[in-house]
Parts: sequence; structure tokens; C-alpha cells
Amino acid sequence: MTEAIDLLLSTSLWAAVLRIATPLIFGVLGALLCERAGVLNLGIEGIMTMGAMTGWLAVFLGAPLWMGLLVAALCGALLGLLHAMLTVPLGLSQHVSGLGITLFASALAYYLYRLIVEVGELPPTIEPFRALDIPGLSDLPVLGPVLFSQAVPTYLALFAVVVVAYVLARTPLGLAIRMTGENPNAVEAQGLDPIRIRIWAVVAGSALMAIGGSFLTMAAFDSFFPGMVQGRGWICIALVVFASWRPGKALIGALLFAFFDAYQLRLQTVIEAVPYQLFLMAPYVLSIVALILVARRAEVPAALMAPYRRGER
Amino acid sequence: MTHVLELRGITKRFGPLTANDDVSLALSQGEILALLGENGAGKTTLMNILFGHYAADQGSVHVFGHELPSGLPRAAIEAGVGMVHQHFTLAGNLTVLENVMLGSEPLSRFRSAQTVARKKLLNIADRFGLPVDPNAKISTLSVGERQRVEILKALYRDARVLILDEPTAVLARPEAQRLFETLRDMTREGLSLIFISHKLHEVMTADRVAVLRGGKLVAERRTGETSPEELAELMVGRKVERPVRQDHEIGAPVLVARNITVGAGEKTGLNDVSFTVHAGEVLGIVGVSGNGQATLGALLSGLAQPGSGTIRLSGVDAATLGPRGMIRAGAGRVPEDRHAEGVVGELSVWENAVLERLKTPEFSKNGFVRQRESRAYAEDLITRFDIRGATTETRARLLSGGNMQKLILARILAKDPGFVLANQPTRGLDEGAIAAVHAELLAARAKGAAILLISEELEEAVALSDRIQAIVKGRLSAPISANDADPQRLGLMMAGVWNEDAHAT
Amino acid sequence: MRLERRTKTPLHLIFLAPLAAVAAALFLAAGLIAAAGVNPLSAYGELLRGALGSRLAITEMLTRATPLIFTGLAAAVAFRAKLWNIGGEGQFYMGALVTGWIGHSLAAPGWLGVPFLLVLSMVTGAALLAGPAILRLRFGVDEVVTTLLLNFIVLLFVGLMIEGPLRDPLAFGWPSSVPVNDAFRLPDLIPRTRLHIGFVFAIVAAAAVWLIVSRTVFGAEVRAAGLNAKAAAFAGISLPKTIMGVALLSGGLAGLAGAVEVMGVTAAVTTTMSPGFGYAGIVVAMLAALHPAGVVGAALFVATVFVGADAMGRSTGVPSFIADVIVALCLLTTVVALLFTTYRVRR
Repeated sequence: MTEAIDLLLSTSLWAAVLRIATPLIFGVLGALLCERAGVLNLGIEGIMTMGAMTGWLAVFLGAPLWMGLLVAALCGALLGLLHAMLTVPLGLSQHVSGLGITLFASALAYYLYRLIVEVGELPPTIEPFRALDIPGLSDLPVLGPVLFSQAVPTYLALFAVVVVAYVLARTPLGLAIRMTGENPNAVEAQGLDPIRIRIWAVVAGSALMAIGGSFLTMAAFDSFFPGMVQGRGWICIALVVFASWRPGKALIGALLFAFFDAYQLRLQTVIEAVPYQLFLMAPYVLSIVALILVARRAEVPAALMAPYRRGER
Repeated sequence: MTHVLELRGITKRFGPLTANDDVSLALSQGEILALLGENGAGKTTLMNILFGHYAADQGSVHVFGHELPSGLPRAAIEAGVGMVHQHFTLAGNLTVLENVMLGSEPLSRFRSAQTVARKKLLNIADRFGLPVDPNAKISTLSVGERQRVEILKALYRDARVLILDEPTAVLARPEAQRLFETLRDMTREGLSLIFISHKLHEVMTADRVAVLRGGKLVAERRTGETSPEELAELMVGRKVERPVRQDHEIGAPVLVARNITVGAGEKTGLNDVSFTVHAGEVLGIVGVSGNGQATLGALLSGLAQPGSGTIRLSGVDAATLGPRGMIRAGAGRVPEDRHAEGVVGELSVWENAVLERLKTPEFSKNGFVRQRESRAYAEDLITRFDIRGATTETRARLLSGGNMQKLILARILAKDPGFVLANQPTRGLDEGAIAAVHAELLAARAKGAAILLISEELEEAVALSDRIQAIVKGRLSAPISANDADPQRLGLMMAGVWNEDAHAT
Repeated sequence: MRLERRTKTPLHLIFLAPLAAVAAALFLAAGLIAAAGVNPLSAYGELLRGALGSRLAITEMLTRATPLIFTGLAAAVAFRAKLWNIGGEGQFYMGALVTGWIGHSLAAPGWLGVPFLLVLSMVTGAALLAGPAILRLRFGVDEVVTTLLLNFIVLLFVGLMIEGPLRDPLAFGWPSSVPVNDAFRLPDLIPRTRLHIGFVFAIVAAAAVWLIVSRTVFGAEVRAAGLNAKAAAFAGISLPKTIMGVALLSGGLAGLAGAVEVMGVTAAVTTTMSPGFGYAGIVVAMLAALHPAGVVGAALFVATVFVGADAMGRSTGVPSFIADVIVALCLLTTVVALLFTTYRVRR
């Protein structure tokens, strides 16, 4: 038992929290952006998979790491565009389209990967993002390694939270996005095009999701393998609800979640009497519990999942 | 005088339907033009074309001499046209200021100029006498306040021409009168106005009336040179007589509600209301929309349960019956919104006809639907209630509003219900359909049904009801006899002035 | 440009739409096959031969279609009621697990044990979906996320069981559960093939589901509630009851898929026994436009793609993930095609 408590005091645990949280932060921000504009994007799981594969692939083929991020973002944006075209102008079921995108994007990622890496081969590795020490700050005791010795995308993720929060709360564009998620008729009546706003929000959100996925292959690990996203996308969808569609709360949710994940990983090694699967279940169970806790008072964007067709009321 | 706005030869078709047929209109500086027409005459479509929500098939819109590109609300706004929609285009979770500011700044701007905007909004509010709290969330505002925000949105964008779609639909008469005074003031500030209405007494407050019928512009009159009677005839175009209620013996109480209170969350609930409906009687509940009618409807449909008080239907406790129990106890219910609650649009006419009674032995056996019997039953309803344009297999959504309402009436009246809830039974119908619905309700009354009519149309309530109560903020006034009801007295009742003797003239 | 609801769907469109969708998907996937350096036409030829080219191939395809019919039905009944059960995979595994578990230790003759295990797996699958259904009705928790997350939980649970209490000591390599009693193995439909009587069960299930959704009061109520919940409630149809009823039926069907797969094919439970039957069921249901009879056809199609792609992979070297790509593309093209059966484009 004391070991379990000792774990809580180890800096490596706390440093891992931010690392584990990074893909979730990107993913949850992306999902949040889509949903704030009124579009549920269940393509997230596939988009993250695609991001993980393409980011890795770009670097594997010789591109610099930042280019890998860009490639992943671009692929995510394209998949987002597909989801947006199906659900916004065509008004198809967001559930069905999203699941379709996930199935398609995952399958496509695996297929493309298999074109390069045959079954049975060891997954080829790349040189991933290394921890970047922030001069002066990374030497601080405890806080240094926890906060200021992370991979570049982790800093990017935190920056993205600030940007998304600012855009939504303070800019005319953010107001338009929020209004589109609440009442697209109001947006149309004020001379803006809710369809365009929804499409671009989904495209941007999907790019963020893909960057989140690419973190897995370009920082957390150094290679790609099928099934590696492991439901992180679904967890992000749950976290958006948990966060009441607010970027700040989304960050807290992702960190909280990452903490439990990091902790259970370490607990596994300490408590051997309990089957490891129970620990692995914890994140999923936790997500469901979080949903139950907040479901009643969630402030859902009023027009979420309601297709908007011009001239139809 | 120059024209601030001109519509030239507007034609718009929706599939086989021609909503606007070669309509031309002009609006002069400082003028108030009323656009009069029945439901379905094409008024809203025309204004939606003017504002750019729809693109016209033919014709053009000119504002201050410049042609507007079609189908672009933004262009209309920039040219100085503002629209106040009947169904407010507001987001309930956002503040007044946010709703007003939306779209007024370029989307590429890095920061909303909220302080400046707030000042401008308060200025305009002050100038036009439309006070608001910029920081209030829309969801906390009353309907009247929301309309104010909707008007302010247009004024904030420097509208010089304002279009108001059925602006008084949600207002009590005194509020409506105030609105018209405000509109008149606006013309002095240099605005020109068009408002849409199907109410004759309202359009008489305008300078000029344009009458639309069946998508065509049939007449234009200066209000000084016409009369409500002439306008009525122009609007309907044919002689439609609404049936008249005949005096007859009123029977024993059928539905008795005593001291009912219903909480309804964000909507207006009911607060300690009592009413009685007798056999062969129509009790009219009049009121401005949003004053608890929805909750009253839900209560009598079996969808809401009273928190306190008693309600008895034909002698049995009806507080917790639920929809099916209410039906079994002999209640027939016409819902407020026939599209949302009345029918399942994607199901066929026969399925809708038996939907309420699927579990009865008449329409099912051992859990299986008796399709042949059900279809025959629907066939019978179609003939008996003159439901046009339908076979048993037609999808309900393809029925016209009037025929859909006839289907709903048919499925309840065919069973000779002891009690009928008629919630806004003629909303959105044209004159012919209104007359048909009234005839059915009066026939049910003659057969001894106790009918509770919830209506926002005073004329309708007075024509059908034996007694009338007003509903205001979830409270009911004492009943008055319909014979004592004049528009002024009812108007005051609907504004919450209960003490009728003191205020009646 | 805008979309306008058709007042009537022309009959030819109803048949043309799925065909056009499949053609479009195959066309798009052809590009990917070409990227693997293989002529798409010859690859598709291999695919067809692999799935339909011999008696054995056809029986393999039908074997593969069997669980897909069940999971496709599960998704179809749920989606009709707007209950988004994405948990077919988890329900499949739970059905399989209880079958393996009880089927190993139960001492009973086959005629008694098989129906018992089938019912048991249905109850298990139903119970697994009842949870998310209750959460939605009680707390308003979206069932998409809960059923998806449950898939991961269930798979871990299955892993835990077959590495622990149910571990087969005789199995080498990959962990596997103890096998079911031989008395409960489903008889072969055609000797010396893997095709078992479960395929017949699947067809019967499709017929039963069709009867339920199109002829019973329950089916009518579900349809009404799915199309317009408010109007259904106004007409006195209890939404919680319909949702729960649908959840039990849907979960039960998916659970059944697992049981039939264990008793008919694998005998034992492993964590890799399903190549995504639950998720593919969603595609099957959508391809079938949620119609029970269509589910059978769609399942045969999807099974053809999967079995054929394996064969194609072996002979041409195109990664067999192409099957998942084709099937997912079919889903997307089908929903678009179906849209245009109810809407048409106007300027």
C-alpha cells in the first residue's frame, strides 16, 4: 500500500501525466470545436489513427518532424472535410457518417501502412520528438521535469487550449461558431453562412484530432501499429461532455484522465495480485462514470446534431 | 416620393406549388405597409425572398434604387434591410449583446469590440425606447423582451427598412398597441416598415395595405380608403362562412379541475388554476402564447401531472392517467403542433389513424396489428371527415395543414369522446380549413362533448365558446359568458386585468 | 443549390441506389489497389473467385456471413428506434464468453443445452445493452459513447477470464478459453465444411425480426417513436418502454451472434475471434437501409468482400485491410445514395 502512495510522489508519474494527456487535449479540443458548431464528429477515432499513421509515415519517408505534424493535420482536415460535406450540406446522420469515417480512416491507415510494412515485420521506428527543456525552468525541482521538460507538441497542446478558448470567447469568429451550434437560423438571419462556418469548424477540429493522433507515433512512441489509438477518440468525446463544452474544463478533464491512466499503469507493476486487465479497464470505466456525473447538468449546444438546411425550419 | 424598396415581378415555386406569382410591390420613405393575407398566401415567402433567405425564381429586389443579389441575407442587411422573424432567430444560451453583435464585425478580427458595441446598443435602445439589459441571457427574457432584442438586432445593423413577420403573434393586445406606437415613432426616425399580418384590425394601423392571396398580389389600398370588411373579402377571395354556435342545453360537468398547480421547468407552468367543462359546452381559454397554454395542453393530454390539486374526468381521477389512460377514459386530444405531436409524418395515414389505439382489440390481436381492419377504418375516416388528397397509404406529412388537422380530428371524434381538448386547432390554417375545423368541433359539441378550446385567436374563441377564461402567467381568470365578451374586455383579461367590472367599458 | 424532399421515391431508385453505392465504393478502392501495384480488375476477379469461386469458398463466405446477419439485425433494430447501439462488438463477446463458460461445464444433452445456451447468450447481450439504455433514459447519457467504451471494457474482461479462470491449459500460444462441450457444437450444414446450422438460425432470426418490426404492435410503436418521438409520446406510446424493448432485442441478437460463432465455429473463446463483427454489423445494417431482409443480403455482400479479400491478399499481395476499406466506403456511399432516394437536388 505504501508503494501505491510512494508512486504518487514520484516526479516521473507527474511528468507522464502531461505526456499522456497531450493526444487527449488535442482530441478533445478538436471534438469540442466541431460540437460547438453543432456537429458531432464520431470520426475522431479514425482521424486520430490516420494522424498517427501519416505523421509517422511522413517522418519515416524522410520529412522533418514538424512536417510530420503538418501532414497529419492535413490528412485530418481532409477527413474532416469529408465528414462535414456529408453531414452539413447533405445533412446526413452525424452518427452514421462519423462512424463511417472512423471505419474508413482506420482501415485506410492500416492498409497504407501494410503497403509499406508487411505482416510479421517489426514496426519500423523513427526518431521522435524529444523532451525540450525550457531553459531556466526545467531545472526547477519537481516542477521542472513535470512541466518544463516535455516534447514540443505538448507545449503546442497547452497553447492550443489557450487559443481555442480565446477564439471562442473573445472573437467574432468564436461568437459565430458558438451561435451556429446554438441556432443556425440566427446566424443565417445575421447575414453569415452557418453551413460554411460548420464546415470549417469541423475541418479545423479534425486537424486538431489528427495532430493528437500523431503525437502517439511521433512522441509517445516511435512507430505505428494497428489498434494503437485504443479508444482514445471515444474518450475524448466523453471528455467534451464532461467539460461542458468548455476548453478550460476540457484541459482539466484530460489531465485528470491522464493522471488516472498514468497512475494505473504504474500501479500494475506494484500490485500484482490484481489482473492487469482491471487496471486497463479503469480509463474506460472512469469515462462512463464521468459522463453519468455531469450528464444531468450538461449545457449541450442547442443545435448539436440538428442538421441545418436553408429554408427549412 | 422615392421608393426605398421595390419588388419587381417576384415568382417563387416550391415543387408543384407556386408560393409567389409575379408579385410587385413598392415601399415609400417613412411609410408603414401592411402585407395582409391568409396563412399560406405567400407572405412569409415573399419577405424571405426580399431578405435573401430564399432566391426567387424570377424577379428582382431593389433597395434605394440598387438591385440586391438574390439569396444573400448579408447583402440585404448591408443595403439597410432588417428583418424581425416570427420565430425569433436568437440563441437562448447567449447574451443579448452577443446575439446583437453576431455578424456585425468581420470574422477575421482578433477581438470583439464589446465595450463599443454595448454603448452603441444602449444608445439605440434609448433612442427607440426599447430598453434591454445587454448582459442578460436570452433564455431569461420574456417573449416581449425577446422581440425587442430581435428588433434591436436589425436597428443595430443600421436598418432603414424593417420587415416584421407577424410581430403581434406573441403579444397581448396592450403590448401590441405599444409596439405599433413604437413602429410609428420609428418612421419619424427615418425608417420605413413592412409588417406581415393576417389580422384585419392590425393592418388598419398601417398607411397602406397590400393583400396577397394564393401567392398573387390581389389589391393595394390606402387604409383611409378601405374598410376591414373589404379587406376581409379581398384576403379570402370567396365567401367563406364560419359556422355559428347554436344555443342549446348545457349538461353535467365532465372535466373538473380544482386548484391545479403544475411545475414545468423553463416553460410557464400552471399556478392554482380551476376550471370546469360541461357536456355540450365549449370552454375557451384565451391568452397570449407562452402563458401556460403548453402546460395546460400537456396536463389535459396526460403528458404532465399536477403537482397539487385534483382533476376528474367523468368522475374518475385523471391526475395520473397518462396519455393512454386519458384516451381510455374518453378524452380526445388535438395537440398544439400537429406536425410535431399530432402525426408521425413518415408513417402512412392509416398508421396515424390507429396510432393512439394500437393496443385495443379493435386494431390488434395477440400483439399483431390487424392491418386489414386498420386500413378499412382509416378508409372510413377519410370519407366521413372529407380528408382530401389522401389514400390510406399516403404519408401523413404530404397532407396539407387542413387535411392533416382533419385526420387528427377524425381519429378522436370518430370515437365520440366525452371530453375534447382542442389546443390551437386552427393555427396556420386558411379560412376554408378553419371553417371545416370549427364545424367539426361544433358538431361534437352538439353531440354532447365537453370541449376545452385553447386559442390565441379571439374571434375564434368568441365564436365557438360558451364561456371564456383568460390565461396569464400560468393563472386563469374567472370565466365569463361568451355573450358578455367583447374584444376590449378580452384584451384586458389577456393582459392580466382580472377585475373585469372595474375596467370594462 | 439545395435539397428538396421527394414526395415519392421512384421504384427504380430504391434498387439502383445500393448498386450505385457499391460500384462507387469499388471504384474508389480500385485506386488503392492500383497503389499496391496490382491491376484492380484482376484483383477484384481474385476477390470474387476467393469468395464465390468454389463450393468451399461459398461455404466459407456463408460461415462468415452468419454472425454478420445477427449483428446486422442488432444494429438495424436499434437504429430504427434511434438507439445508437455501437456496442455490438462487446455484446458479441459477452455472448461468446458465457457460451464458452457455461457450455464447458454444463452437463446436458444437446437438444436441451443448445437452446439454453442460445437463450443465455441473448440474455447476456441484452443485459449488456440494458445498462447504456438505462443510463440514457435515467441520466440522459449518450449511448454512443457508453456502448463504444463498453466494447473495450468487455474485451479486457474476456482477456481476463481466458487468461484466468477459464484458461485452457491445453492451448498453446495465444490464450484461449476452455472449449464448449462437444454436445453443444452446432451440426454442420454441409459435411466437411465449416458451414453450420447457425446460418439457418440467422435466416430464421431475420425472418422473426422482420415479423416483429413490420407486423406487431411493438414494431409499429418502435417505428413511430423512432420517426417522431414527440408524436409517439402524445399518442400514448411509452418511450422508455420502447427503448428498453429495443435495447433488449438488439443486445440479445448481438449476444446470439457470439454464441452461434462459438458453438458453430471456434468452440473456444479468444480475444481475436471477432474480426470486428460488431462494427461490421453497423455497416451491414446501413447497407440494408435497416431492413431485416436487406440485412441478409448485405451480410452476404460484406462476407464476400472479407473472405474474398483474404484470398485476394494471398494471391496478389494486396493487404487484406482492403476489405475494411471497401466496406467502410460502401457505408459512406450508401448513406449518400439513400439520401438521394428521398431528396433531389434543386438549383
